[in-house]
Amino acid sequence: MLRTLWYSDRLRSLVAQVALLGGLVGLLFWLGNNTASNLAERGIRTGLDFLSRPARFPISESVIRYDPSDSFLWAFAVGIGNTLWLSFLTIVLATLGGLLLALARLSGHPLLTRLGRSYVTLFRNIPLIVQLLFFYGIATSVFPAPRDALNPVPGVFLSLRGVYAPALEIAPGGGLFLVLCGLSLVGVALALRSRHLRGRHMPRALRLVLGVAGWAGFCVALWAAMERPIGLDLPELTGLNFRGGTYLSPEFAAVLIGLVLYTSAFTGEIIRGGIEAIARGQWEAGRALGLSERHIMFRIILPQALRVIVPPMTSQYLSTVKNTTLAVAVGYPELGLIVNTVTNQTGQALESILIMLAVFLTISLSVSALMNLYNARIALVER
Amino acid sequence: MTNNRTNATAQPSTSPSMVSRGVRIFFGSWLSALLTLLSVAIILALIPAFRWAVLDAQWQAGPPELCHGAGACWSFIHAKLRLILFGLYPPEAQWRAFTVIVLIIALVLATLWPRLWGLRIIGLWAVGLAVMLVLMQGGVFGMSYVPTSKWGGLPITLLLAVLSLGLGFPIAVVLALGRRSKLPVARAVSILMIELVRGLPLVGLLFVAAILLPLFLPPDWTIDKLGRTLAALTIFAAAYLAEVIRGGLQGLSGGQVEAAQALGIPYWKTVWHIVLPQAIQKVIPPLTNTAIVMVKNTSLVLIVGVFDILSAARSAATDPAWPAPSTEAYLFVAAIYFIICTAIGWYSQHLEAGVKARSH
Amino acid sequence: MKTKMKILTALAMPAMLLAGTAQAQSGGTLAAVKERGRMVCGASQGTPGFGAPDDNGYWRGLDVETCRAVAVAVLGDMDAVDFVPLSGQQRIPALQTGEVDMLPRTMTWTLQRDANGINFTTPNYYEYTGFMMPKSLGISEVEGMTGATVCVQTGSTTELVVNDVSTKHDLDLSPVVFDNTSAARQAFFSGRCDALITDAGALASVRASMADNPDDYIIFPATPYADALTPAVRQGDDQWMDIVTWSIQALIAAENFGITQANVDEMLESDDPRIRRFLGTDPGNGAALGLSEDFAYQIVKALGNYGEVFERNVGMDSPLKLERGYNALYSDGGVMFPLAFQ
Repeated sequence: MLRTLWYSDRLRSLVAQVALLGGLVGLLFWLGNNTASNLAERGIRTGLDFLSRPARFPISESVIRYDPSDSFLWAFAVGIGNTLWLSFLTIVLATLGGLLLALARLSGHPLLTRLGRSYVTLFRNIPLIVQLLFFYGIATSVFPAPRDALNPVPGVFLSLRGVYAPALEIAPGGGLFLVLCGLSLVGVALALRSRHLRGRHMPRALRLVLGVAGWAGFCVALWAAMERPIGLDLPELTGLNFRGGTYLSPEFAAVLIGLVLYTSAFTGEIIRGGIEAIARGQWEAGRALGLSERHIMFRIILPQALRVIVPPMTSQYLSTVKNTTLAVAVGYPELGLIVNTVTNQTGQALESILIMLAVFLTISLSVSALMNLYNARIALVER
Repeated sequence: MTNNRTNATAQPSTSPSMVSRGVRIFFGSWLSALLTLLSVAIILALIPAFRWAVLDAQWQAGPPELCHGAGACWSFIHAKLRLILFGLYPPEAQWRAFTVIVLIIALVLATLWPRLWGLRIIGLWAVGLAVMLVLMQGGVFGMSYVPTSKWGGLPITLLLAVLSLGLGFPIAVVLALGRRSKLPVARAVSILMIELVRGLPLVGLLFVAAILLPLFLPPDWTIDKLGRTLAALTIFAAAYLAEVIRGGLQGLSGGQVEAAQALGIPYWKTVWHIVLPQAIQKVIPPLTNTAIVMVKNTSLVLIVGVFDILSAARSAATDPAWPAPSTEAYLFVAAIYFIICTAIGWYSQHLEAGVKARSH
Repeated sequence: MKTKMKILTALAMPAMLLAGTAQAQSGGTLAAVKERGRMVCGASQGTPGFGAPDDNGYWRGLDVETCRAVAVAVLGDMDAVDFVPLSGQQRIPALQTGEVDMLPRTMTWTLQRDANGINFTTPNYYEYTGFMMPKSLGISEVEGMTGATVCVQTGSTTELVVNDVSTKHDLDLSPVVFDNTSAARQAFFSGRCDALITDAGALASVRASMADNPDDYIIFPATPYADALTPAVRQGDDQWMDIVTWSIQALIAAENFGITQANVDEMLESDDPRIRRFLGTDPGNGAALGLSEDFAYQIVKALGNYGEVFERNVGMDSPLKLERGYNALYSDGGVMFPLAFQ
């Protein structure tokens, strides 16, 4: 009796699973079938051969070099490059911002704690896209036209076109110069630490100053000897716009500022939560041992807090990567905007959007995998 | 050295007057003095913004000519209030859109009252939503027909948030149960669905809904853009809610389910009467958090051209008659979202405090 | 169990309501439109003069009236139309997937588009692509634009034009690309860009509706080539394509015949056999298309002829004040050519 019941239970679950699987496969088949017949019936071009055709449309800025004569495939790569670059900068800056915010909220200083809390409440409760549009509105309305650009520091220009600043110009010998200069710095540092020099009765500060001065002198002499391998490329107003220098567009600035301010509010709370999760007793134990506050914070609390912080931080980083897609609203050419444009130029929406989804899935899954690996490494080893 | 300093601040003060206490807190050590200066600097830096937004601002309703000062132009919001709140909805029918807003707020307030929780509140919402959709669409009871392409503004934002959460919730429950199911196929399917959706940006899902979905369906099924957008938001909400509910399910002891099984209570009854009520009660704070996230996420529909409150504000800001009003428009929208989201946040904290008080 | 079902139905209700707009489309677009009693047209996100809702939410413009002409022909009511605002990126998929029945949205007739899933009917507007710049910059031709920043909206042929022009004249233009028409325009007027590029007609519209002082801006051609802006329909429905083509043609032919909204009733008495066939006094044309015999009469009665539509929306009676130019009848030196209604 019991046996048959057990068997029937197993049978039931088997039937349920087969039905579920069958239904799912059927659904996918139905969707695929619909898509195929729709595409055929409406004469929509399909296939990936468009990827090798020249894209012909312009992209306003990119970290990867792009020219309209490049292929659609390259245009996608340029979009991915921009997405990753924006994500990377946001994550680094928002982690630092979050750390500052967490320290402010944990400082115990009544005014600063409240300021920190107000910041978090304010930025967490307003949609990111509203913030991006707001900052973009400011970036394109407060500053003057290029001809009347603000010039706070020589070589730096602030205008509606964004920020132009001097750039490093590296001539053919530049690499060699940097390497030699770096090596000499290492040499000086080693010399300063060596017993031989330390033995002399010379104040530490004086030794340091002499070392640095010697190194700087060497580098300047080398720079002159190598006929100025590295110079500054200053932006200059020619015709309608600035030429030369490095350039930060208002779109990129607005997106970056908006993303960093928004994300910091979240990373700050994660870091604070992690630090607070470490028992107060640890602080007291540390103090009892006569350790300084800084020592307790950086040597005892933070390493332990990291274990608590890493998992939620991972998902926050992933959200940040996904949030970069909102840049489309202010015209920064990340992957989403490129997909928009490609869809338009080729009419192949299906392929373009699927490429975008695949890219984000790949990023999400690989970041999760990496973070899991890191998690396993730093996890508490129980003995 | 640092150690000595903190010891000094930790010593009880000899004179307990307010002033000396204040001095100790704000200037007791080099560090706290520095932090005080930092805070004051931050506050001083915010003064120009405050002057612009409040003191120098033009609050009076009137024509654009009023706004030529250095301050914010709130007259603009006054003039464009209808457009921002109701979008392209026909002016003579805007009382219907307004009623919808009132109804949603009333229903949310009713939901705050724990005694109504259960089937009654679900029924109330179902009836309420049906009434709202009929009000918005019209075409019956002598109300003029308003196609969804004319819906806009705050009702769209609120309806999308409420409907995506409401429709996503049952899907989320099924996915969460599936993810913890003993059946490997059900588990695999649930994990696949949840991780797939969570791995994608919402913008991507909205693109799929707006552009690709009609390709996936038979040619004689046309769902309008608003319906497709809602579908994307619903799936997105379901995946995130499912993970929250799973957290609640994980906290339950297996003994209860086994006990119910031993008593011969069928699986779905066990889930409905025993598992879910407890699991959901455990995760109310993260649930409200997801609600906040979804309210904020409705603003992304701007990217696929649905006329929500943000799109309405953006198009209102293009009126050349007003001098660069985009800052004011976005601040106004930000304020509305801020009020909604902080209210949900407060409520969540209040509930959490209640749960804590009961469990002690 | 019963309560559970109740909850399920309660939850499913709003979904069903929203899906309630689902319609059967088998049997062609004409049958679907007649069954629905309304036509759905793709519209721009606001290009006054061509397609934009007025203060009361009533859609007006040249493209909008082109669509209304078809609605008159098919349903006998110029207001039996819903307009769906579409971004440049969405407009073609929306037409292909059946979300809209017709797409009159300042869209250039190009080989790539025509070959890829949509069919163009007959041009309702000819225009060159132009740049708009503030006069204060002192530039009035493409050759002077070296280094200029140009605001572009994605989803248009103008993206390609920027690149072509930049390469041809070695101008090193830097484009700023927006996914949204109004964002691109706003960015231009805020000074983010030196120039805005789009169809010259749309530029005139933007200048008239968004500039503080329209006289501060200059519009000049970007290329020596003109484009045909043409309403499109889905591929694979020849009857519907004919209906849209000949409804637009009816506006042009009416102008050629000298038939206006005011004199159309008198013209019914005309002895000219060609006019009689056009207005349906002598039957045949309507039945061939599957429409009522007097469809052309109804169109002119409701909207007037092409000239009247033009002047009302973009011409001298409108804020845009555009010359007829290319869009005059062939007999007046333009390229609008009426086909034979027989």
